[in-house]
Amino acid sequence: MGRTKIPTLKILVIDENPIRAAILDEGLREAGQPDVTILDRTTGLVNKIYSLDPDVIIIDLENPSRDVLEQMFQVSRMIKRPIAMFVDHSDGHSIEASVEAGVSAYIVDGLKKERVLPILELTMSRFNAFAKLRSELEEAKSALERRKVVDKAKAILMKTRQISEEEAYALLRTTAMQESKRISDIAQSIVTAADLLA
Amino acid sequence: MEMKSRKGNGSGRLPDVHAGFIPLVDCATLAIARELGFDRRNGIALRLHRDVSWANIRDKVNVGALDCAHMLAPMPIASSLGVGHVRVPVIAPMSLGLNGNAITVSRSLFTHMLDMDAENARAGGMAAGKALAKVVAERRQRGAEPLTLGMVYPFSCHNYELRYWLAAAGIDPDLDVQLVVIPPPLMADSLKAGQIHGFCVGEPWNSLAVELGAGVIVATKTELWRNSPEKVLGMRLSWAEDNAETMIALVRALVDAAIWLDIPGNRAEAAAILSREEYLNLPVEILARSLTGTVLRGPGMRSLPDEGFFVFHDQDATVPHHSHAVWLVSQMIRWGQIAGDFNIASLASRVFREDLYRRAIPSEGQAPRAPTAIARSAFFGGENFEPEKVLDYIRGFSIHSPALDIKALEAANS
Repeated sequence: MGRTKIPTLKILVIDENPIRAAILDEGLREAGQPDVTILDRTTGLVNKIYSLDPDVIIIDLENPSRDVLEQMFQVSRMIKRPIAMFVDHSDGHSIEASVEAGVSAYIVDGLKKERVLPILELTMSRFNAFAKLRSELEEAKSALERRKVVDKAKAILMKTRQISEEEAYALLRTTAMQESKRISDIAQSIVTAADLLA
Repeated sequence: MEMKSRKGNGSGRLPDVHAGFIPLVDCATLAIARELGFDRRNGIALRLHRDVSWANIRDKVNVGALDCAHMLAPMPIASSLGVGHVRVPVIAPMSLGLNGNAITVSRSLFTHMLDMDAENARAGGMAAGKALAKVVAERRQRGAEPLTLGMVYPFSCHNYELRYWLAAAGIDPDLDVQLVVIPPPLMADSLKAGQIHGFCVGEPWNSLAVELGAGVIVATKTELWRNSPEKVLGMRLSWAEDNAETMIALVRALVDAAIWLDIPGNRAEAAAILSREEYLNLPVEILARSLTGTVLRGPGMRSLPDEGFFVFHDQDATVPHHSHAVWLVSQMIRWGQIAGDFNIASLASRVFREDLYRRAIPSEGQAPRAPTAIARSAFFGGENFEPEKVLDYIRGFSIHSPALDIKALEAANS
């Protein structure tokens, strides 16, 4: 994998096994990542994550608190963070498949400190790629929504004012410019008003 | 490739099926199929893998580290839509049983409920929600922190049941209380430590909280909606397609196990098997309570026997009902987990595969089917849910997420 240089990150390690946590800690420090916090207990996990606000979370795959993180990300998309996961025994399945399917999740057979950084890099780059894809998707979706509203508003104007489609659009545009609003916002108020008056 | 080995004439090598499970009483169907040999009798070798989190189960099924798993009924729907994670078509060709959850509150919260409204608190079930609503109002009035309630996973029946129970009593689950995910084994301790005030979880974790003196069971799943969906057998659609014959054998093995589980007198043996280290590793007496329908609810509550606390086969319990999938989707939409800009009925049939179930078990589900409409008397204190009129049903929710977009739903479901 390409060794992209990553900046210093605030890293949270959630692991109840002190030996494994120490391996992770050492691996991260040797790789130039000094900002590591280790949580060995998971009580009050959500509050701790909020107050720490880490850039990346590393959690033991055998820790049931993984489901706690799932909900955190459901409730508040703002605090969605990449998660790397480590499991220190082999269950015989390929790393590649996990990376392909898991987006930011990552399963590793055998934990060695030398492997910590490459995994962290991969986790970050997968997460960022996915986040970008999703925001593009959401943007495309809302653009489509806006266009639908504009089309509706145009139809209302054409009908009520007996004007052509081009005139309707020009009217929307000038009004938007005068009120320094987006065309879709003006269109939305026309649609809402028409619904109310209907 | 598994099918080849299955057909291998005379080699005697049965195809392995790797199934994941979470240590809960309702993994019983999988455990019994393996321990009593229903798997081998149907021509497969079930390999069971215990896991610790639903997210792990989902990921391991997604990447093929597991062939199938004990899943929360909403999980295949969430995976198929790609909410909360990547989109992977996952199907449920059978259900692993009905009921099995309960809502437990801390001893001190129960005392408060008794102080505010003893009659409803003691009545339990839907009525207990009314007592809780008075506590919520009283706390708000004196500026106390909102109550914190635990559940097991965002895409779980527990989440939707708890929310339904709260909302029916006028409590907005997103505004009036705080819902948090707590792994089941940590529920009782969190309750005892005062980090949460109550929770909705599957057995044996309610009974354990009662046993530890930490909580009181105020509502069982059967009191909210008798014979309601809970766990399913989940698998990637592609696995089911590539291993069609093995999948049919798997469903048959599990239905055989479910039949055994519902024969009167077998539940004690089931409790003994589940109490073993490789399954739940908990005292058999605790597991036997819910399995034999004698759940103790804790001081101040009457504990009546309920033989239907767990149903594994009777009541069409193994059928992955279309109506159940529709209800689950309606709750995902209600609480803003999904936008609902898709056709609900077609999604439900794509994920809950009654057709595959019937292919495996032609004797069931042929003759007079259980009506798709759900018996009103058993459904959340007399509410009405008809899967064919799911839009009307959703329109009727007075408490729901602000994200609920009826217009988008109408456009996709007209």
